[in-house]
Amino acid sequence: MRRWLTFAWIAALRFLSEGRMQTGFILGGIAIGVGVIVFMSAMLTSVQTNFTNRVLTSQPQIQLKPPDEVARPLRRHDGVVEAAIVQHPTQRILSLDQWQTILSSMRGRSDIVVATPSVSGSALAVRGDASRSIGILGMEPDDYFRIVRMPDYIIAGEPSLGTDDILVGIDLANDLGATVGDKLNITTGPGGSRILTIRGIFDLGNRGANERNTYVQLRTAQSLLNLIGGVTEIDLTVVDVYAAETVAQDIGAVLPVKAESWIVTNAQFFTAIWAQTLSSLLIRSFVGLSVAFGIAAVLIVSVLQRSKDIGILRAMGSSRGKILRIFLIQGGVLGFLGSLLGSFMGGIALFAWYRLARQANGAELFPLVVEPSLFLFSALLATITGVLAGMVPALRAARLDPVEAIRG
Amino acid sequence: MADLLVLDGIRKSYNVGTPVETEVLHGIDLVLKAGEFVALMGPSGCGKSTLLNIVGLLDRPTSGHLFIAGEDTTLLAEAALTRLRGHSIGFVFQYHHLISAFTARENVIMPMLVDHGRPDAPMERHADELLDQVGLGKWRDTRAMNMSGGQQQRVAIARALAMNPLLVLADEPTGNLDTASAQGVFELMRRFNLQRGTTFLVVTHNHELAAQCDRIIDLVDGRLTGDRRIRAIDRVSRPG
Repeated sequence: MRRWLTFAWIAALRFLSEGRMQTGFILGGIAIGVGVIVFMSAMLTSVQTNFTNRVLTSQPQIQLKPPDEVARPLRRHDGVVEAAIVQHPTQRILSLDQWQTILSSMRGRSDIVVATPSVSGSALAVRGDASRSIGILGMEPDDYFRIVRMPDYIIAGEPSLGTDDILVGIDLANDLGATVGDKLNITTGPGGSRILTIRGIFDLGNRGANERNTYVQLRTAQSLLNLIGGVTEIDLTVVDVYAAETVAQDIGAVLPVKAESWIVTNAQFFTAIWAQTLSSLLIRSFVGLSVAFGIAAVLIVSVLQRSKDIGILRAMGSSRGKILRIFLIQGGVLGFLGSLLGSFMGGIALFAWYRLARQANGAELFPLVVEPSLFLFSALLATITGVLAGMVPALRAARLDPVEAIRG
Repeated sequence: MADLLVLDGIRKSYNVGTPVETEVLHGIDLVLKAGEFVALMGPSGCGKSTLLNIVGLLDRPTSGHLFIAGEDTTLLAEAALTRLRGHSIGFVFQYHHLISAFTARENVIMPMLVDHGRPDAPMERHADELLDQVGLGKWRDTRAMNMSGGQQQRVAIARALAMNPLLVLADEPTGNLDTASAQGVFELMRRFNLQRGTTFLVVTHNHELAAQCDRIIDLVDGRLTGDRRIRAIDRVSRPG
């Protein structure tokens, strides 16, 4: 007997160790349950972190644009609308009014990390007989690349841009049969036309973006889109990415701009993340419940098997509280040991998945995010589940009439 | 000798207040002196075990009063009864009822562990002494399930005496043993009674063993029908 253990701990541990097969099976069950929870949690966290990082590093978190142009309905002198149907006007490419002042005020805000102007519009890229419609985005690379981590996505060439350079996506480059150093003839609707050299080719991990997105210097885009001295957007990143919508609404309320956060423009992404989180939570809850029922079932059988022992202990002067503790401790110990085994199994499964699940080129599918707190949380949760699951059998044991228990 | 146990009009009924109410004990009046070795005899179903459970504070009487060392136990709450049971009463059952998960020594330590909370060296020494006295010193580390019936019953006697109780209640302690083992177990209890002054109330069907007691009480259909003194109490007084 370990002298530092109390009576309840000694009895609980001895009862568990005596029923080795029973204890082994339930530990296996708990371990599998906890392993599934650890594996699923780590995968979900990794997928969500990866998706969120990709979204956040491939677009601004807030964009300030000129307000939409609207047609004012014609009214008579008494206020009655003359025309019942008002056609929505075409949206011209317009510069953001007073953009330097707005940019300066954005850079002065404490909740904004980076603010940079950009010009965007559509154009036609021509190389030889091939042509593709593209979106052209002009920006100041030093600031803009702090928002969109273009250097991370460059797969050929380099992200530096001169006034006659352009960055194109891998799919556009393939469609045009172009590579780094080749020249493209870029023509825009307003009549701008320039020959630009491909300085780098990027892969944003999205076919649509790789086919359409191109990046040039701010001045180059201003020239091509006939917006000399103007910008069509101010792009921002914020301190708290999940507070972007609040910041956007705050800006929209005080400035004559349309402020759009990444949360609104990626609403479907958020819905998908939420649905994924909910389904995972449900699965984990049901796994946890099955673990709890397993522990409870084993302990109830143990109470039945040990009813004589319980009666004897009660005859020796053991209180109901001490009997209760014996079975609660058993539940907690089963949960804790099961969680240790399960965390180990979950860790092995994650390692195996990381080694085996690879892209065609051998690169990892996405970086795994495995935090120690996941294991601590799982251990704590399993222990609490074990104690709670042990409650019903423990109460049953504590309420046993010693006379009936001894008689069997 | 002082009165250790006084039963005053003890009645016990089951299914009280229902049409099938059954009275098992019909007003038992009994006094046991400290240091007595008493046999309780009677046919099966006469209420011996019920009486023993009430005296052992495992069950409460429907009416009447039970005094142990002068204290009216019928007035005590359950926690106090549990404490009094642990300190003052030892049990020996027909089927030994050792806890199979523990060794002989651990089973003997168990009542002390329940009382003190944590094991310590004096407990282990006391358990070893008791096991030596019942002739099982060499078996102290053997699991109960690996011992013979006679050995297990000896361990059960050592366990019953671990808290140095005032009273040991033995419910047919030899009923499951062969004649030689039964005589050995009985003599062991008798020796502890003589040496320590512990009071024993032993339920038995064995007339030869009962004849070796100080006194024989007969119980028939829930009533005391006989109380014969075989010999006078003449032994050392109970230590401290």
